[in-house]
Amino acid sequence: MATLTSTEPVPGLGAHRQRPPRRLGFSQKLSRWDVKVSPYLYISPFFILFGITGLFPLVYTAVVSVHEWNLLGGQGEFVGLQNFDDVLAQAVFWKSLVNTFSIFLLSSLPQLVVAITIAALLDQNIRNATFWRMGVLIPYVVAPIAVSLIFGRLFADQYGVINAMLELIGLEPVRWHSDRLASHFAISTMVNFRWTGYNALIFLAAMQAVPRDLYEAATIDGAGRARQFFSVTIPQIRATIIFVVITASIGGLQIFDEVRLYDQTGLGGADRQWMTTVLYMYDVAWGGQRDFGRAAAVAWMLFLLIVLIGLINFLVARRIASSGPRAPRVKRSVTKRLLQEAKAAGAGRPGPRAPTSGHGPKHSSTTTDRRNS
Amino acid sequence: MLSSTRPTRRRALAASAGIATLALALTACGGPSEGDDTVEGEDITLTVATFNNFGYTDELLAQYEAENPGVKVEQIVAAQSGDARTNLTTKLAAGGDGLADIEAIEVDWLPELMEYPELFVDLTDPELEGRWLDWKVEQATTPDGALIGYGTDIGPEAICYRQDLFEAAGLESDPAAVAELIGGEDATWDEYFAAGEKFVAASDVAWYDAGTAIAQGMVNQIDFAYENEDGTPKDLATNDEIKDIYDTITAQSAKGLSAGLGQWSDDWNAAFGKGAFATMLCPSWMTGPIESNSGGVTGWNVADVFPGGGGNWGGSFLTVPASGKNTDAAQKLAAWLTAPEQQTSAFVEAGTFPSQLEAQDSPEVQEFTNEFMNNAPTGAIFSNRAKAIESNPFKGPNYFNIHTTITDAITRVDVDKSDDPAASWDKAIEAFQALGL
Repeated sequence: MATLTSTEPVPGLGAHRQRPPRRLGFSQKLSRWDVKVSPYLYISPFFILFGITGLFPLVYTAVVSVHEWNLLGGQGEFVGLQNFDDVLAQAVFWKSLVNTFSIFLLSSLPQLVVAITIAALLDQNIRNATFWRMGVLIPYVVAPIAVSLIFGRLFADQYGVINAMLELIGLEPVRWHSDRLASHFAISTMVNFRWTGYNALIFLAAMQAVPRDLYEAATIDGAGRARQFFSVTIPQIRATIIFVVITASIGGLQIFDEVRLYDQTGLGGADRQWMTTVLYMYDVAWGGQRDFGRAAAVAWMLFLLIVLIGLINFLVARRIASSGPRAPRVKRSVTKRLLQEAKAAGAGRPGPRAPTSGHGPKHSSTTTDRRNS
Repeated sequence: MLSSTRPTRRRALAASAGIATLALALTACGGPSEGDDTVEGEDITLTVATFNNFGYTDELLAQYEAENPGVKVEQIVAAQSGDARTNLTTKLAAGGDGLADIEAIEVDWLPELMEYPELFVDLTDPELEGRWLDWKVEQATTPDGALIGYGTDIGPEAICYRQDLFEAAGLESDPAAVAELIGGEDATWDEYFAAGEKFVAASDVAWYDAGTAIAQGMVNQIDFAYENEDGTPKDLATNDEIKDIYDTITAQSAKGLSAGLGQWSDDWNAAFGKGAFATMLCPSWMTGPIESNSGGVTGWNVADVFPGGGGNWGGSFLTVPASGKNTDAAQKLAAWLTAPEQQTSAFVEAGTFPSQLEAQDSPEVQEFTNEFMNNAPTGAIFSNRAKAIESNPFKGPNYFNIHTTITDAITRVDVDKSDDPAASWDKAIEAFQALGL
């Protein structure tokens, strides 16, 4: 903004000079718009695409959910919240919710713990670091369908590889499909197989951004490896942990491929013992009921549920991940006020923004705080 | 705000960003808008969407192109019928955009499409009367008399069995003797199960693969299994015929006749190679999966017998979606593809048993033998089995929903062993009520 004001013609000078051409005024106006508008223009492609592919379906799903809507028959009468009522009355819906949470917990929690551990190990000085780092990503490259087909054979009840090995060492074979918890465990294994390495790499990237002098200082202070991990690494990658927890929850509540392909009918077992909510939604729309209205109602309830879980996660993860005193947060209004005061004080000079709200200094000051406490 | 970028350059950037945005928006709205509007006399391309293997070879389609100048035929093949079904229903739901000119459908998903006959061209053609088995035509005829599909193949059922396992159990093993053991010309299910008890007493191997397969066979012999003639569903709780079948099948599981496998599951596929069961209900097309799953196990044969009268399992139709651009030309092609000559060559190619009377009696079909099935004369056996089919079970829009509650109930007892028969039946009633019919 300061630059703009400086290019404005200084009053009084115009009397001596020739009046500037009109188009210069226009170009000034343009450049003012440019400064104001172009940042939004640059980010607009994403939001336009999101509007078409994300927001519109979201709103349209809401419209569908309050109508009678058959897969083939199309739109029917307006029924208000009847579809939501119907879905809530179906026992399978509630069963699918329990299954979803069970699979979600069985997959997300171990996944995050293992991913952070792997990342911490990869963060050490090891030979052929790139090889190991790429190695953990390989499962992610494998298509989920291939993963499901392979694990389907591993976890087959009668002739599966895992049961064959269990019997070999004298253990009872596990009924991977019939037993509800066992099936959840098997499905979680597929999810973990695919996502652990991916999350580990994200954690690793965050860990590498932690300033090394923090570790040096910690070493001088006499902190061991474990203490450094919990008191330096974890607090420093807090933002990343929150990000991973939220994406993992969104993914965990939307598990579909693995359950769909876990057996031949793809409906979550004869007793729906491993049917997840997304699979239930698919079954309502394309399966027996062929009811898009109800499926849309399920979709919206799932959406709200994910938002809720995301919020809870955000709060919990923020608490867990920040050991020691929290970084002091500066309200925007305070920053603004300080800025204005500074402006008023040093009229004309650039505002002293850095000391009050700058990124770097704040960080280092908080970390020293933390170490001292 | 950084001020290092000169205004002119920034403007250029802004402009290009704007153009990029516009381009994105345009491509997003453009969508597929091909589709050459065909004028009479111009070249047209007809697409035929099938699944698995219909036996329509490139040579066969080229023959049609040669006989009909100006027509090009392209075949799109989906790997599984389920994929084809999802594709068809999704595109029908979207108004018919992107559908092939001819869409193959399976009898299993015919009922749900029959509810919306206006989505398909009525293919009734007096010239083609008497081409197919009567019940095949009935399946695709709406109550108003519109014919929405031309029959391609059918699945007349016989009994496939492991000759070597019969020998090992000390039973007579040639096809005629096995047919006699199971009950011969008017075999009943009781006789089939009794033979099974005899077999399992002398062997470690189960008698059949899956309780749900037997259910499929038995339910398919009831004219009105789950629904009344007008399509209204019967109450499952008072449906004695179905309860009888359920009780019979779960009782066999208790006797050890069933191998306790879920049809088409990984265990089921593997069980062929392990020799886990000795017989199975065997529609004509099942010889294919048996061969591909057996992996080196030989000794399969086919007995010309089926308990409880004849039975049909599966079979397909060719339909012409009404949204197509060249529906007349498509109907002509569909009629040609389902003519006896073409279906005979499809049978020789892919083993799909023809639904056309003339094709069934043709020497190519009658003299056909299956090398893998110990050279069993499968052509003659299955046309014999097709003649034994008397009933055409009514399958309304709710048939498969209700049938699923029964197969789930049987699976819980037969495969999962997680419920006893009575508890599982109660769950089936619950699931039926949840359907809200």
